[in-house]
Amino acid sequence: MKPFNEGSHMKNHGMIEKLKSRVPAVKPSSLFGWSVFWALVLLPAMVWAQDAASQAMSVEYRDIPGVGSRNVVWVVAQQHLLLAGFVLGVPIFAWVCEIVGWKTKEARYDKLAKEFTKLLTSAYATTALFGGILLFLLIGLYPKLMAYLSDIFFPTFIVYCLLFLLETVTLYLYWYGWDAMQGNKKTFHLFLGFLLNVFALFIMIVPNAWATFQASPVVVAEGTAIERAWAATWNPTWWPVNIHRLIANVVLGGFICGAYAGIRYLLAASQEEREHYDWMGYVGNFIGVFGMLPLPFAGYWLMREIYQYNQQMGITLMGGFLAWLFILQAMLIGVLFLGANYYFWMGITYRIPGSERTYRRPILAMLVVLMVCLGVWMTPHSLVASLEEARKMGGTHHPLLGVFGVMSAKMTVANLMILVTFMSFIMYWRAGKQETAAWAKIAKSVMGALLVLAGIAVIVLGVWGYFVPAIIRINYFSVAQVLIVLFVMVTFTPLTAILMKSAKTTTEMIWGQMPIRAGYSLVSNAVMVILLMSLMGYARSSSRVHWHVYGVIRDTSEYAYSPALGYAAAFMSLNTFVFCLLVAFIFWVATMGDKGKKSPGQEQPAPAEIPGSVAPAMAGGAPREKV
Amino acid sequence: MKGSLAKTVILLVGMYVFLKFILPLFTAPLPASLIFLYLALTLASAMIFYTMSGGSLDEFMGPIGRFLTGTGQTGIAGTARILVFVLFPVLVGWQTYTRLAPSDMPPAENRTIHPAPPGEFVGLANPYERSQNNIMMGKGLYAAFCSPCHGANFDGKGPAAVGFNPPPANFGDPGTIAQLQESYLFWRIKKGGVGLPVEAMPWKSAMPRWEVELPDEWIWKIIMGEYDGAGQSPRTWEEEE
Repeated sequence: MKPFNEGSHMKNHGMIEKLKSRVPAVKPSSLFGWSVFWALVLLPAMVWAQDAASQAMSVEYRDIPGVGSRNVVWVVAQQHLLLAGFVLGVPIFAWVCEIVGWKTKEARYDKLAKEFTKLLTSAYATTALFGGILLFLLIGLYPKLMAYLSDIFFPTFIVYCLLFLLETVTLYLYWYGWDAMQGNKKTFHLFLGFLLNVFALFIMIVPNAWATFQASPVVVAEGTAIERAWAATWNPTWWPVNIHRLIANVVLGGFICGAYAGIRYLLAASQEEREHYDWMGYVGNFIGVFGMLPLPFAGYWLMREIYQYNQQMGITLMGGFLAWLFILQAMLIGVLFLGANYYFWMGITYRIPGSERTYRRPILAMLVVLMVCLGVWMTPHSLVASLEEARKMGGTHHPLLGVFGVMSAKMTVANLMILVTFMSFIMYWRAGKQETAAWAKIAKSVMGALLVLAGIAVIVLGVWGYFVPAIIRINYFSVAQVLIVLFVMVTFTPLTAILMKSAKTTTEMIWGQMPIRAGYSLVSNAVMVILLMSLMGYARSSSRVHWHVYGVIRDTSEYAYSPALGYAAAFMSLNTFVFCLLVAFIFWVATMGDKGKKSPGQEQPAPAEIPGSVAPAMAGGAPREKV
Repeated sequence: MKGSLAKTVILLVGMYVFLKFILPLFTAPLPASLIFLYLALTLASAMIFYTMSGGSLDEFMGPIGRFLTGTGQTGIAGTARILVFVLFPVLVGWQTYTRLAPSDMPPAENRTIHPAPPGEFVGLANPYERSQNNIMMGKGLYAAFCSPCHGANFDGKGPAAVGFNPPPANFGDPGTIAQLQESYLFWRIKKGGVGLPVEAMPWKSAMPRWEVELPDEWIWKIIMGEYDGAGQSPRTWEEEE
């Protein structure tokens, strides 16, 4: 006996065959009859289908039961953004490293640039994957909003697709052509690196237009599609976010590469590997710090634009219910500054034998300044106090320490922390060397005096800021503080470079000697940056409160409320954890090939010997190889 | 580097004594959350400094390691070690109990002092000229309606202020009206404490809803008088000529 399903299938199959055999035999008159028959049969179905289509068109939201659509989009969007930040930040310094290698003819820079790019290729596909998932989720879960955004931004979608194609092709050529384009073709390879960065920049700023439009929309009712898209793109927060993200991507990329080097350093089986990853960790930390120094300035500009665009949004962020996030931000930035400096200081004491005694006092002084600044930065305007404590204080503002809670104090300490971190780097650069130039003493005295004057000027402007109208403080005093710090950086860097050119190395720098906590501090720095981006991404996004597009499209879903800060913090932690897992997986996949390439003889780790002599500081000292 | 652990302990104790007992001699006492924050930063500083090199790390961690393992801990040191091992869990237990035990004290609050104003008040400009006459009129109105709480000197120390917790705002403090636009003050005066949004819970403001008693013109002029009297300027995006 045949199974029931099989029998029915056979029966249907037979019917179809019968119908097929009849079709050629149908006469024109009967064709009309069939048409009428099918029309009558299908008409109700067509009406139903039309109803279903119009019903689908009127759906504003869909939900994912149990988890919630907003939570899913939150996680996926954050993962995509963090991956994108890494993918767009790494090519910048990979390319710079390649140029340095090409100019100095030192193979280790080229090797480092290639290693950075290797991490990039594997992360690129994952970024695109998350981008695709995010797009499908947004179309499915927020159809009305996406229809609105598509209507405004459709021309930019086309541009974005084209950019993506160009970026992909360029990345393939850049990565797969690395070895083939050495020698005479190196300049073409560098040109590809340049193109990669140009396309990456535009790939970043196009979606930034969509996101910033939601926060500060410019809606033009009339005009062509391109005119409307252009007006919406040039919204008030577009360029502040572009600049802020560009710098932040470099910071993220630098610290993640540093963390990668830190882990490889901890796992290193041979002294050669230890030296290489110690140096790579140093470069990663240096890039992260290099980007971190101007980042607060870009963030300040962004907040200023937000305040100017809409007072309500500005207050929600910095004075309203999201203000506590800025205290968390201060803590994370503080830990990041400390972590970066700690790594520099450990570098001095471990890589330059005998230097501990010389640099102990300056390090202590810098640590004290950093900690005092961090204490001021983390002191909230309204303190967390019990009823009894608040009564004793006469409110939640402390009469003395309350002055630390306003922007004048925060800007001052942020500038001082940047100044100290910069000096940490200068100290590291000069460690283990003796200036030989005749004018070295004068130059050092001038730099010392300039540093003291800059510090005093920043503090004076900060204190004075309390006694002038806010607009004077914002437009002149804060800008002056930033310019003073920048002035110190742009004068000290070339001056130190010239001094170091003729300097005599008194103590050789030894790589591969850092303790294991140095590796962990690199990992900690990366985690802090990821947390920081998750935190401030949430702040920027939730400052729109119950609006999808601020003041234009209201959020009418069941999730049109701001989650409690604790709930949001849990999601930030989850996002950080998931991203770390993703990055670990990507790096594991990326380095799988290396293990496979090793011959059985190379599997045995070489004895971990302390190298006798290694090249000097600034950008490293692993044994030099010529290209 | 000798005795780095002992130096750290002395530093922490010194810091605690300063924050808890000495500083309140000159100003109001600090809340526990702030003392904890500053102590945590002090401890972090010491740990960073003493773990920067191998030698200092051994100096710092050595006594802790010896104490935990019991190496060379004889006589009084040995007894002290056992005492600490017994007392430490008891201390943690006591701390846990005091945190979890039901209490009639309200929890520490992180009230939003300056919540975002409603949309209809955003971007409003004072429609009245900043003339001497208007300022004087504003100060007069302030004296009549606001000074009982906010004080004749704009310092939040009016005769009725003692009855309020939290106390009325001190306009001379650079963290209050100097940080805000005039439209913000207009909203707060007009709608009062009852007009505060959800995010400003638990609505601890006794500010009356002045819109039921004062016309808008008076409110705008009071704002002018307040800024002038407190020696502050409102937050603006254009510089005054």
